[in-house]
Amino acid sequence: MSHMQKFIGGLIVIAVLIPALAQTEAKTRTKKSEAAQATSAGTDDSARGQKVFEQNCSRCHNAPEGFPPQISGTIVRHMRVRASLNAADERAILRFLNP
Amino acid sequence: MRMATNHSVRLRICWRALALQAACTAVLLGSAVAQNAPYISGGGGFITSTKGGNTTYIPIIAPEFVGALGDHVMVESRATILESYFPRGGGSPGYKHDAFLGLSYLQADVIANRHLTIVAGEFLTPFGTYNERLSPIWISNFEEAPLTFGAGTMGTASSVGCMVRGTAFSSDEVNVDYAAYFSAASTNGQFNAERSSGGRVSAYFPKAGVEAGASFSRLLQNTHENFFGGHFWWEPADSYFRLRSEFAHAPHARGYWLEADYRLAHFGGERSVLGRLEPVFRMQQVFRNALDAEDGMPSADTNRVDFALDYHLPHAVRINTSYARELSSNGNRNIWQTGIVYRFLFPLWRDK
Repeated sequence: MSHMQKFIGGLIVIAVLIPALAQTEAKTRTKKSEAAQATSAGTDDSARGQKVFEQNCSRCHNAPEGFPPQISGTIVRHMRVRASLNAADERAILRFLNP
Repeated sequence: MRMATNHSVRLRICWRALALQAACTAVLLGSAVAQNAPYISGGGGFITSTKGGNTTYIPIIAPEFVGALGDHVMVESRATILESYFPRGGGSPGYKHDAFLGLSYLQADVIANRHLTIVAGEFLTPFGTYNERLSPIWISNFEEAPLTFGAGTMGTASSVGCMVRGTAFSSDEVNVDYAAYFSAASTNGQFNAERSSGGRVSAYFPKAGVEAGASFSRLLQNTHENFFGGHFWWEPADSYFRLRSEFAHAPHARGYWLEADYRLAHFGGERSVLGRLEPVFRMQQVFRNALDAEDGMPSADTNRVDFALDYHLPHAVRINTSYARELSSNGNRNIWQTGIVYRFLFPLWRDK
């Protein structure tokens, strides 16, 4: 195989690899972006949950100093009934209690 | 041979992927279910109350059970168990004691949709705010309920029947919620209630920290009576100041209470020595135009001021101390109260 043939073969391999690499990079970026958005959404939801907690639950009582995560859903549902929270607020508080 | 090898490798990868997906699903389902474990909450404490020179000692525990069944149903109950030791009176030395065990409520909640929750069983009567929100011993700033507490809650504070409640309208600016109930008469020792109906509607403005509402209830047995009430709360955001007030009107009496408290957390934070202190002031007045045993309010015109110093210790322990001066046509008296209250919260069973 001559040097020219090796050179052309190399160009073809590069030509095939570059778009593949570019696509992989794009996918990685998309995944990172999605992950960042998800994290941001989670953080936003948690922040909103804290706000809802302060505007509703904390009006009557102090927050408990700690509790096992296995009862967080039941606590929040209880607060939903007691404080007449809507479903979105219930989810936000749950996210705040389980970040 | 190579094709067969590739096929078996693909199969293995496929099975591993399926197993991983199943494991992830199981973990997610498990975590979702695990968050809904039932729990026991409530408060326990020891209270002393000195009225006109007579001191009563009350060890008390008020456990509350909450359990979720699926995504829409919840069962909850609160009991009160106490023993009160009080002077024999009549010049006799020593103390007598009485035990009390009662259910405050035992109800099933069905969350029908985002606007409606249906409650059945024995529940706290939704009149005003004190009964539903501030009556637990680990929440209330004072050991004694307001003078107007009996009005509208029919004396028993609990109803046996059904209730609908929920959020009528909700936005970032305002939240409008409602509650309407019907109660049957019950003379059962644990489920004592009067035949009555009523409800409450309130609007809460979260940005301003203001809530205003109105309540109504009608006694439907013996002498039929109407009760009206109103409440106003102001709890400014980013502040430790709280103002709560209620007004109640019965056919033969009317009254109000107004309570202001300020936790000194601006001095070093909530966990500082000074930041754990919470001075509270409450003012109450009741005006009566005729005797009425049904309305649950004092039998004569009464003015009362309460001063309290509450101290929030670590581990959900709180010390409440208060002094009240009561001025009444039936006689004036000083009321001294102290209490130490512990709030507990734990799952009914431990997670594996």
